[in-house]
Amino acid sequence: MKLALGPLLYYWPRQSVLEFYAGIAEGAADSVYLGETVCSRRHELRLEDWLEVAAMLAEAGKEVVLSSQGLIESESDLKTLRRIVGQARFRVEANDMGAVRLLTEHGVRDWVAGPTLNVFNPATLALLQEGGATRWAVAPEMSGAALAELRAHAATPIETEVFAYGRLPLAHSARCFTARHFNLQKDTCEFRCLSIMDGIALRTREGEPFLTLNGVQTQSARVHNLLGDLDAVRPHAELLRISPQGAHTAEILALFRRALDGALAPAEALAASRPLMVEDPCNGFWHGRAGAEQYVAAA
Amino acid sequence: MTSSPPIELVCPAGSLPALKTAVDHGADCVYLGFKDATNARNFSGLNFDPAQMREGVAYAHGRGRKVLLALNTYPQVAHFGDWTAAIDRAAELGIDAVIMADPGLMAYAAKTHPQLRLHLSVQGSATSYEAINWYHERFGIQRAVLPRVLAMAQVESVIANTPVEIEVFGFGGLCVMVEGRCALSAYATGESPNCNGACSPGKYVRWEDTPRGMETRLNGILIDRFAEGERAGYPTLCKGRFEVNDETYYALEEPTSLNTLELLPELARIGIRAIKIEGRQRSPAYVAQVTRVWRAALDRLKSGGAEAFSVQPAWMAELNKVSEGQSHTLGAYYRPWK
Repeated sequence: MKLALGPLLYYWPRQSVLEFYAGIAEGAADSVYLGETVCSRRHELRLEDWLEVAAMLAEAGKEVVLSSQGLIESESDLKTLRRIVGQARFRVEANDMGAVRLLTEHGVRDWVAGPTLNVFNPATLALLQEGGATRWAVAPEMSGAALAELRAHAATPIETEVFAYGRLPLAHSARCFTARHFNLQKDTCEFRCLSIMDGIALRTREGEPFLTLNGVQTQSARVHNLLGDLDAVRPHAELLRISPQGAHTAEILALFRRALDGALAPAEALAASRPLMVEDPCNGFWHGRAGAEQYVAAA
Repeated sequence: MTSSPPIELVCPAGSLPALKTAVDHGADCVYLGFKDATNARNFSGLNFDPAQMREGVAYAHGRGRKVLLALNTYPQVAHFGDWTAAIDRAAELGIDAVIMADPGLMAYAAKTHPQLRLHLSVQGSATSYEAINWYHERFGIQRAVLPRVLAMAQVESVIANTPVEIEVFGFGGLCVMVEGRCALSAYATGESPNCNGACSPGKYVRWEDTPRGMETRLNGILIDRFAEGERAGYPTLCKGRFEVNDETYYALEEPTSLNTLELLPELARIGIRAIKIEGRQRSPAYVAQVTRVWRAALDRLKSGGAEAFSVQPAWMAELNKVSEGQSHTLGAYYRPWK
């Protein structure tokens, strides 16, 4: 089982990003997804910068994947997308059907079908495979049971990546909720999301953590964490995706590595991860339940 | 002046009475769904069984109107056959077009019923012409419904770069998130528009009169609390009041409805082919009121042209009466909204 580091979903200062990936180059991830997937206004790193980080990571022996933006709105978004698709060196993760079309048109035969493509049945998966997808990152919303069933019915097996750790990317909007919080408009947002390392907490009126505001993206408050479920996940995935967080990402990756190698029991690994997490854990989606639940099967 | 085809008015029908009401008040098309999880308004007491659908199709066709079937959820392995059976039934019932989001299902429809017209649902999350053209090339879709995220110039650019007809939402409940890309309801309840055809489903809703005020909960999560005299709205989870940095407000979206009536001349100019009214979960009275106003507006635009078009105060008054929160917004068409 391989470990993949998902794309950085937050907006960090350039120097923080570069230092973060320098650390990742030394760490336990086998595969690293790079690029801005959330908001086209974020520009601390441009595509050229991401390509440099990619080259550095490749040099360090990591597989690098360039992730495309999840919500394409403008001609300029399409321009960036075409450049990502057009570069030949690194594999691409398609996060909308526009990217799928461009990759297919370019004759690219080894791209990753991203988690926002809504693949829920073998017929849709097969269409993407015909178009050149050779890896599938499963929508976090999909349960383990549904995943197992889909894989059992897939005409051609596909390398499968399961979202195993991090705040869940739950929704995208044209509206920026961070700008809204600061009473700013998106067009003149003053880049207020910069340096908010783990997004802004949204709580219910009872003070319960519920969601996280990350610009145009809304995430869960709780951290989806499948460390305790690794034995159940293992037969259904070839990669596990860990989503970057403000601190301790390298330690989380190392914990997953140790748990996968059998050096730590899943329950111990889950307990060891708790001090490294920004919020309580959840795993409901994997168990076919509300995503916010932390579900422990009866012994 | 080019003789572009008139804009079609596409109205919601959650029941046979609503369908007849829409047709009687001037809808060009009605859209509806079966009584199951195959569509994105899977609410109890709503939608059509095959006999009702047959009657509805006959009623609409008898008056020269079209019927569109929404099959716009994403089926998983165990139930894929229910969705393909629904497509077969749609073809057999003489449905004019099927509105779908799932590529696997579209492939089935295109292969099995090549004569059946396909529309790409808003749940397909296609926001660019590159995405829309993928569905066109693969399955021959003839129309796409755009998610409620694009500005006018972006919609215009989509239209200029695709042979696919473009339909946009004109009025009704407003998803603040990109449709087909929202798992908020799944996170809170385990049920989502994508997989179960429902957002913030009623069976998870609790209304509680407390000393702090009327509280609305979704699967136990407090969505809002209303003071004495405040009108307590349904706890759609993106339209509640929450705390962010010690400030309590509608952090995602207010309870409000989309209303693009004033943009009608502009939408016509850029080549929109159809306007969709949201609200299959609403009453026939809502359908009547909204259809009547939009019919009048479209007729006025057609007879008088864009220059002479102005929004009648009476139209807005009528629409505001049935709006969520009795207020309306231009949504993503209005830059400050973002």
